[in-house]
Amino acid sequence: MAITTPQRPGTQPARGAIPLIHDTLPRRAPWLVLGGSMLAGYGLSLLLVGGNLVAAALLAAVVHTLTLGAWSRHVEGPRRATDRVVTSVVTSAFVVAMTPLVSVVLTVVTNGITRFDVEFFTFSMRGVVGEGGGAYHAILGTLIITGLATLMSVPIGLMAAVYLVEYAGRGRLGRAITFFVDVMTGIPSIVAGLFAYAMFAVFFGPGVRMGIAGAVALTVLMIPVVVRSTEEMLKLVPNRLREASLALGVPKWRTVVKVVLPTSAAGIATGVTLAVARVIGETAPLLITVGITTGTNLNPFDGRMATLPVFAYYSYVSPGVPRDPYTDRAWTAALVLIIIVMVLNLAARLISRLFSPKTGR
Amino acid sequence: MSQTPTRTRPPARLGDRVFAHAASGAGITILVVLAGVAVFLLRESWPALRAPSEQVPGGEGLVAYVLPLAFGSLLGALLALLIATPLAVSIALFISHYAPRRLAQLLGYLVDLLAAVPSIIYGLWGFQTLAPATVPVARWLEANLGFIPLFAGPASITGRTMLTVGIVLAVMILPITTAIVREVFLQTPQLHEQAAMALGATRWEVIRMTVLPFGRSGIVSGSMLGLGRALGETMAVAIVLSVSGGITLNLIGTGNPSTIAANIALEFPESTGLDVNTLIATGLVLFVVTLAVNMVARWVISRRAEFSGAN
Repeated sequence: MAITTPQRPGTQPARGAIPLIHDTLPRRAPWLVLGGSMLAGYGLSLLLVGGNLVAAALLAAVVHTLTLGAWSRHVEGPRRATDRVVTSVVTSAFVVAMTPLVSVVLTVVTNGITRFDVEFFTFSMRGVVGEGGGAYHAILGTLIITGLATLMSVPIGLMAAVYLVEYAGRGRLGRAITFFVDVMTGIPSIVAGLFAYAMFAVFFGPGVRMGIAGAVALTVLMIPVVVRSTEEMLKLVPNRLREASLALGVPKWRTVVKVVLPTSAAGIATGVTLAVARVIGETAPLLITVGITTGTNLNPFDGRMATLPVFAYYSYVSPGVPRDPYTDRAWTAALVLIIIVMVLNLAARLISRLFSPKTGR
Repeated sequence: MSQTPTRTRPPARLGDRVFAHAASGAGITILVVLAGVAVFLLRESWPALRAPSEQVPGGEGLVAYVLPLAFGSLLGALLALLIATPLAVSIALFISHYAPRRLAQLLGYLVDLLAAVPSIIYGLWGFQTLAPATVPVARWLEANLGFIPLFAGPASITGRTMLTVGIVLAVMILPITTAIVREVFLQTPQLHEQAAMALGATRWEVIRMTVLPFGRSGIVSGSMLGLGRALGETMAVAIVLSVSGGITLNLIGTGNPSTIAANIALEFPESTGLDVNTLIATGLVLFVVTLAVNMVARWVISRRAEFSGAN
């Protein structure tokens, strides 16, 4: 036969023959090297900086990449070696990116747990100096302002998405709206705050601080998110549902309201929940438009209100004396905020998983 | 051919007309809001634009006031971009081509969680955890790379430096950049990848020959959207950065230029009169810059794909 018989790995190929099988590393090689390099990384970090875990992880990644690359190059040749090195680099990049997430959560939980008590949720800061007090007023303020922003942005965003999907076709207005909605997602939150302040200052005079102005600023930030997510969901509704409804003589608007929107309701709810999660932690626009107060103010049309992020900010950067009770409250406010955001994110995923119609894919 | 007979359209129903107008009205409202942002910012910053230069804070005119701030914004954002872009490309590759299929979605969700953390929390974290952690690094940089102006030192003992800000901003823009790059990578034609594999290419060679060339526009626009975010990021910078004004390239020193956004957040609550107008004028500058960056990024990506960071 003209074909060379396959060589066993490791044996010398006959002179002049092209080897059909390459030597390969054992399947467990990457894991073996990983174990070794973790030990080496920890040892090195002890030697160099005295046992820092982050430094150990980084050193382990470097050792792993170099060792595996060198071993593979020796056994498998340069092409495979490059492939293995890239795999190792790309995987470590992901781990590196996860480090801040873990570190943020750990920092907030360990610092915030000190004041995570009943008093924090039931007392405002009126007349509180030093220990005690809570963020009752700030939590209510955040809920009111975010609620108002949701009330304003959801109808506009929903109807705009309906326009884009059901009416615009490939028209110029539709394309312009799509483009500028995308551009709007990039407006810095502080600019949205300045806009709301500027608008209210025209009507109410300079120095205006009002809950509703904050809600307007958040609306500017929320609308593009709502539009884009709703648009994606409406696009997923099969055309045959629309056609079936229209063929029965149902007017278009009733088709949209009774067929298209209910079909995509779960997806829209997910999008709105994520949009709320995105704006509920916004600080900068509220700092400018709503300010801060120590008492409970539930009227968004009358003067300053407290909100959770701004409360955390001021408690942290301009604490009273003694300093500790203020920073403790700031961390607890941050903890509450992060819990709210994570719960909203989880809720959004659950809604879309539990209630969305099967798309057949 | 004779003219086609005019079709008799059924009379448009009232409900249909009202609904269609409500829908297009909502769309137009969005355009009006965006225009309104520009109009109201311009209106409120007009007094500062017209004011004699002695009355502007700093006493040397608006341009001299904005310039160091714009420099600070740009320095921090570019530093963040430099750190975040290679990471984002690697993570996008990991999720789209390396991670096990079943895990990929969960891992993507974890990266998105980074975007869900409010910026105030990144600020507190940067102040409390990250800044002290950078101090030994800054010392080392000063000792060994001090001849480069970026690391001239003397190293700050609190760690509230431009370097720390750059790292925090990089973490914050990572999710948006990753999302866009990942989306474009996933659109690489399957046939290209399979053809490369059939020729015996390793996984990295497949990526280098098919995925990366195809995804170049995604990388460009993703990092530009990240740049826009980093330029506008406020609270994290306001809390972390120790500000003393002045233009300096020194990333690890004690005196850092502030950024436009952080300066507004720090000064606005205490300002009155013309100072407020000046701050709004700096906000207008920020708005125009981010709008331009975003429009270019969207234009680059709109030639390739229907995708937005908003979902």
